[in-house]
Amino acid sequence: MRERPSIESLLELFADGKVSAAARLITILEDGGKDAERVLDSIFQRTGNAYRIGFTGPPGAGKSSLLNRVTAKFRAKDHRVGIIAIDPTSPFTGGAFLGDRIRMQAHSEDPDVFVRSLASRGSLGGISNCTDEVVDLMDAFGKDLVLIETVGVGQSELEISEKAHTVVVVLVPESGDGIQAMKAGLMEIGDIFVMNKADHEDAEGAAREIQDTLRLKDIPEGEWEPKVVLTSAREETGIDDLIDVIEEHRRHLDEGGRFANMRKKILRSRVRNALMDRMERRLRASDKVRELLEQRMESVYRGEMSPYMVVRELEELVSIQ
Amino acid sequence: MARKVRVLVAKPGLDGHDRGAKVVANALKDAGMEIIYTGLHQTPEMIAESAVQEDVDVVGLSILSGAHMTMFPRVMELMKEKGAEHIVIFGGGIIPAEDVEKLEKIGVARIFGPGTDTGDIVKFIRERFPEE
Repeated sequence: MRERPSIESLLELFADGKVSAAARLITILEDGGKDAERVLDSIFQRTGNAYRIGFTGPPGAGKSSLLNRVTAKFRAKDHRVGIIAIDPTSPFTGGAFLGDRIRMQAHSEDPDVFVRSLASRGSLGGISNCTDEVVDLMDAFGKDLVLIETVGVGQSELEISEKAHTVVVVLVPESGDGIQAMKAGLMEIGDIFVMNKADHEDAEGAAREIQDTLRLKDIPEGEWEPKVVLTSAREETGIDDLIDVIEEHRRHLDEGGRFANMRKKILRSRVRNALMDRMERRLRASDKVRELLEQRMESVYRGEMSPYMVVRELEELVSIQ
Repeated sequence: MARKVRVLVAKPGLDGHDRGAKVVANALKDAGMEIIYTGLHQTPEMIAESAVQEDVDVVGLSILSGAHMTMFPRVMELMKEKGAEHIVIFGGGIIPAEDVEKLEKIGVARIFGPGTDTGDIVKFIRERFPEE
């Protein structure tokens, strides 16, 4: 039951705009390996047109509901929207319950909205390891906006900041006071902070505290000052303001080559990460390395060699010029 | 990386009883599968399009309203239209025996009635999609 059409035929159908082919190619990208690389190699030239907006924040802040509202506004502006919604994989069973789509079903019959749920599959950074590749695929499929919803994060799952052009941090009045907002991590990566559930009586005060804390930041002249926006996904308020601020941030990036630099930085880090990944896999797969490691570990157990002595010896074995 | 089995669990139509769907979704998640849960009040169009976009292997539909003879055939038809007839469809809910037979005839892989052991549903999927 598992056979699927050849990659060539999927790529052809994909080029013709077939959603089912795009969806199956995403699965191939998720599964990784040589097939995934082949897919990426052949679509990569068609990428580079999509603007990526990341939505992150604690669980239950209303990210999916907000995305649903934002998507409607972007559609009204004729954007073609791809959505990648990530939920966590269980480290115990490997299973995942992907429930973001439930809030977005209003768009399920719109051919210009493509929603894909991804499980984080062991990645600890709040997204999935194949997020970049899936964005590329949606990009090559003609989506000019890709919205990425991270898993519900705590303070330190920040990988989205290396993937998105605009990062929206979604908070709620219960997310904590100004002291929480001063902490490192999540509060440092937002270009825009959304205080969602603005219908809550504490929302305005909470938004003000965030704003006050952000003012403490030393931002160089001319650089982007993070903005705070009050929204209510339920009451549908503030969504236009959010869209305006996102567009303002995008215009800011377009000035003075900032966007081009950011794009280069993102690509550079992708190549570096992929290389590290590959090297690690090759090291793990190498019999020579494993044999030497096993031998030397005995000496380490006996206290005759330090861990670094073994590492130096292994380093010589795999020597990279 | 090993392929994960992806399963869409949805409730077509108007009844609001989603306990069964949630129990099944949870059992499949605990069995290591990836569940895309789209919840209540889904139209056949929403279900078929979601199944295609999510590239699932299996779709599980829970119906307790009596609309199964409308919903299942429509979903099957749309799947075919979208080139997704490879997706295995199973169902659950209150469905009379004579209808079960009819549904299985049009290609619904299995109907699980009340009192089903969730382990049987896991087994039903695993038989078709063994862990790699």
